[in-house]
Amino acid sequence: MHLAKKETELHIKACNDHLAHHVEEFLAEKHVYGVNVMGAPGVGKTTVLENIIRNLSCVTYVVEGDIESDIDTRRLQQQNIRAVQINTFGACHLDAPLMHEAMHKMEFPEPGLLFIENVGNLVCPAEFSIGEKMKMLIVSVTDGSDKPYKYPLAFEKAGVILLNKIDLLPHVEFDEKFFMDGVRHLNKKAPVFKVCGRTGEGFKEVAEFLCAAKQSV
Amino acid sequence: MHELPLTEEIVRLAGNEAKEQKGRVKTIELVLGTDSGFVGESVQMYFDVISQGTLCEGARLVVVPVQPQLQCESCGRYFRRKPFSFACPGCGGNGVPTDIGREFYIKSLELELPD
Repeated sequence: MHLAKKETELHIKACNDHLAHHVEEFLAEKHVYGVNVMGAPGVGKTTVLENIIRNLSCVTYVVEGDIESDIDTRRLQQQNIRAVQINTFGACHLDAPLMHEAMHKMEFPEPGLLFIENVGNLVCPAEFSIGEKMKMLIVSVTDGSDKPYKYPLAFEKAGVILLNKIDLLPHVEFDEKFFMDGVRHLNKKAPVFKVCGRTGEGFKEVAEFLCAAKQSV
Repeated sequence: MHELPLTEEIVRLAGNEAKEQKGRVKTIELVLGTDSGFVGESVQMYFDVISQGTLCEGARLVVVPVQPQLQCESCGRYFRRKPFSFACPGCGGNGVPTDIGREFYIKSLELELPD
């Protein structure tokens, strides 16, 4: 027996990225535009989706990612929104193999927008591609204005950022300039929309932006 | 638990290399950026368990950390950012993210091969 050293450069996430590419191609064939929805627990991801979908005229589909339960999926289905559930059973984010599996359970009879609501988490959802065309980041004024500094990758990777719960601005200490300075250091392009899930404010503009993004593909 | 599936992938990738050459894995050199989102100690913990019964069992996992760096838009300097700041320590310009510190790959393998 002898020892031999081999230079390799084997990328650990290559398998995930390969499957993500498959999902992306599959969705492109169906003319479905995938949006990976990221945000901390309780930031209002499902409420935001309900509001956006209400303002969209195109067909919409939703994949709900949660560690456990199908509460959000049932909630959307009750509003006649086509939704399927992925449970990660402990894992803190969706990955491409899970999405690949979910694609087999879904039908896309018409072109449209697919929202993939990731597990509530500001860290790892940004690290894994799942075949989306765009990442949508939702933060709220109750989270605090320091979030871009603490979770830079999520802000850097976002194609659009929603600042939710703006009706609570008078009641919380949210330094909007500090927040926007952080956002713009990390991401010069992504539009930031101020929205309110409770009142529906601001979602018309978000829906218009997403429609335009979908059309541009 | 975040590192579990990725550690399985490390064992699979390294194991495949060893299998191809009919050998065993003795050392895995893993380059791990500290901004990759993955923690070396956690990878090690899973590795010790997952590698059992595979061609990686007993292999040494050497983690090479890489510190993240921003690049200044004004002067081009690479630097490590301070908390709550993206300012270049040289000229005060805006530091933008780079891929330095996000590495996550097996750089090299030491294999035990039959003569």
